[in-house]
Amino acid sequence: MSAHAPILAIAVPLLGGFATPLLAKLHKRIRDLWVLLIVLFVGVAVGYVAVHVFTQGIWVYVLGARHPQETVVSGGFPIRIMLVVDAMGAFMGVITALMALVAFPAALKYLPEEEGKTLALTLGSLLLAGIMGMAYTGDLFNFFVFLEVTSIAACALIGFRTWTSRAPEAAFKTMLLFSVSGLLFLLAVAFLYGEYGALNLAYVSVLLRGSAVDRLALALFLGALLMKAAAAPVHFWAPDAYGEAPAVKALLLVVNTQVSLYGLWRVLFTLYGGILDTTVGWLVVAMGLLTMVVAAFMALAQTDLGRLVAYGAVSQIGYMLLGVGVGLVTMSGRPDYGLVAMKGGIFHMLNDALTVGLLFLCVAAVELVKGTRDLRELGGLGHGLPEVALFFLVASLALAGIPPLNGFASKILIYEGSFRASPILAAVAVLTSILLLAVFARAFQGAFLGPRVNVEVRVPWPILVSMGVLAVGILILGLVPGFFVEAMVTPAAKALWLGRSLYLSAVLGG
Amino acid sequence: MIGNLPFVVCVILVALGLWTLVAKRNLIKLVIGIGLIESGVNLFLVSLGYVHGGIPPIYTYAPSGAPMVLPTPQALTLTSIVIGVATTALMLAFAVVIYRHKGTLDARKIRDLRG
Repeated sequence: MSAHAPILAIAVPLLGGFATPLLAKLHKRIRDLWVLLIVLFVGVAVGYVAVHVFTQGIWVYVLGARHPQETVVSGGFPIRIMLVVDAMGAFMGVITALMALVAFPAALKYLPEEEGKTLALTLGSLLLAGIMGMAYTGDLFNFFVFLEVTSIAACALIGFRTWTSRAPEAAFKTMLLFSVSGLLFLLAVAFLYGEYGALNLAYVSVLLRGSAVDRLALALFLGALLMKAAAAPVHFWAPDAYGEAPAVKALLLVVNTQVSLYGLWRVLFTLYGGILDTTVGWLVVAMGLLTMVVAAFMALAQTDLGRLVAYGAVSQIGYMLLGVGVGLVTMSGRPDYGLVAMKGGIFHMLNDALTVGLLFLCVAAVELVKGTRDLRELGGLGHGLPEVALFFLVASLALAGIPPLNGFASKILIYEGSFRASPILAAVAVLTSILLLAVFARAFQGAFLGPRVNVEVRVPWPILVSMGVLAVGILILGLVPGFFVEAMVTPAAKALWLGRSLYLSAVLGG
Repeated sequence: MIGNLPFVVCVILVALGLWTLVAKRNLIKLVIGIGLIESGVNLFLVSLGYVHGGIPPIYTYAPSGAPMVLPTPQALTLTSIVIGVATTALMLAFAVVIYRHKGTLDARKIRDLRG
C-alpha cells in the first residue's frame, strides 16, 4: 500500500470525487465524512511521500509496469507514464495537501446545501486530483492532461453560482484563457514529440539540442504556464476568478496558479536546464517585476474586498517569479546568492498559500456575515468580528512582508538574492511591498474600523478553526523559518538548481 | 510537397482560430475559435505520427517488416479530443447562462467585471 502512495494521492481524490454525488444520494452526512476521508487520505499520502523523498531522494513510480520501479524497457528508454517526485514536487504536494486540509472542512460548513454543495465538493476533489497530478508527474503529456483537469474543475467552480450574472462571465473569460494556455502547452509537447519521439520529461531533457524547434517549444511552454499562473500581462482572469468562486474554494485556485508556476520551474530547470542561457532568466525576472507592480497598482484601485485580495495574490506571483528568475539567471555560474534567491522564491510559494488563503477565508467570513464585499458599504466589522479582524490584520501584514511574519521570512531572502544580482530589482520589490502595505491598511480600515455595526450572523466554527490554523502557520513560519527552510525549502531549491542530473539518472538509470 | 499539406492546414487552422479570438466578440464565435485551434493542434499531432506508406499499427495483423504509422500520437489525439469536448461543452454552457442573464452574446456588452 505505502509503495503506491504517489499514485494513490492522485487516484483517491479523482475517483473519490466522482463517488461523492452517489454517496450524497444516501445521506449528506456520509458525503461529508467521505470528503473529509479523501482529504485526510491525501494528506497522509503526501506526507508519507514527502518524508520519503526528503530522507531518501527522488521517488520514481512507473505506471503499468510489472513493478513500479521498472523505469526503462530494454533498449534504455522509458515508454511508460511515470510519476517522478523530487524534493520540489514533494514540497508542492505538501503545500497542496495543507491547503486542501484547511479548505475542505471549512467548505463543508460554508457552502449552503441548496446551492449545490455536493457538486462543489466533487469539483473541489477533482481540482485537488489535478493539482496533485501536475505536482507528481514526470511525463509531458500527462502534465497536459492534469493541466486540463484543473482547468475544467477550476472554471466549473468559478462559474458555479450560475444564478449570479457575474460568475458565468468570470468563468467564461477564465476558461477561454485556460483553453488557449492548454493548447499552447499541447502544441509545445507536439513539437518536442515530433523532434525526439518521446514524451518522458527526463528522456526529452537528455535529447534536447537547443534547435529552433526547441526554442519555439520553450516559448510556447513559457506562454502557456505564465498564462495559467496569472503573470502580467495575462493576469486579468485571476481577480474575476478569485472574486467569483466560492471564497473557500479560492484557496484551491491559489494552489492551482502555484502548481502552474511549479510546472514552469520544472520546464525551465529540468527540461531545458542543459541548454538554457541567461536571456530566459532575465525574461522571467522582468515578468516578475511587471506582475508585482501592475497587480499592486490595480489592487490600489479596487473597491471590492475580494478583488483587492485577488490582486494582492497576483502580485505575490511576481515575487516568486523574481526569486526563481534570479536563480535561473545565475544558474551557470552558481554563486551562492542565486540559491538564496531561489530559496526565497520557493519558500514564498508556501507563505503565499498560507497568507492569501487566510485573506480569502476572511473575505468569505465578511461576505457570509454582511452579504457584500463592497468596501464602500462595509465598515465597523471589527467590533462584531474581532477574531476575523485580527486574522485579516495578521495576513495583510504577512503579505506585505512585515517582520516577524512569514511573508518577511521569504521576502528577505528574495531581497537579499536579487540585490546581489542587481540593486534595482530589490528596490522595486521593496517599494511594491510598501505599496501593498498601504493597500491592505486601507482595506482593513474600510472593512473593520469605523462605527459599530450590528452583526447577527455568526461565523461557523470550522471556518474560524481553519483561519486559526493558517494564522498559527503564518506565525510559526515567521518566527522560526530556519527549521522549515533547512528541512524542506533548501532541498526543493537545490533539486531544481543543482539536481537536474539526479532527476535524469533517477529516471533513466546510470 | 503534398506530404507537407497537413502541416500547412494546421497552420491555417491555428491562425484562423487565433484571429477569431482576437477579432470576434460573439461568445459562440470565441468558442468556435478555440475549437479551430484545437483542430489544428490535433491534426498536427496525427500528421506527426504518419510514416510514408505505413500501415495501421496493429501487430497481430501486420505483415512482418512492414512500416507502421506511430501509435502514440493517435492515442494523444484521442485524449486531446476528449478533453476538447469537455472544455467546449463547459464554455457553451457558460455562454447559455450568460445569455439568460444578459439577453446578449456580445462580449462588448457583457462587462460587469472590469478593473
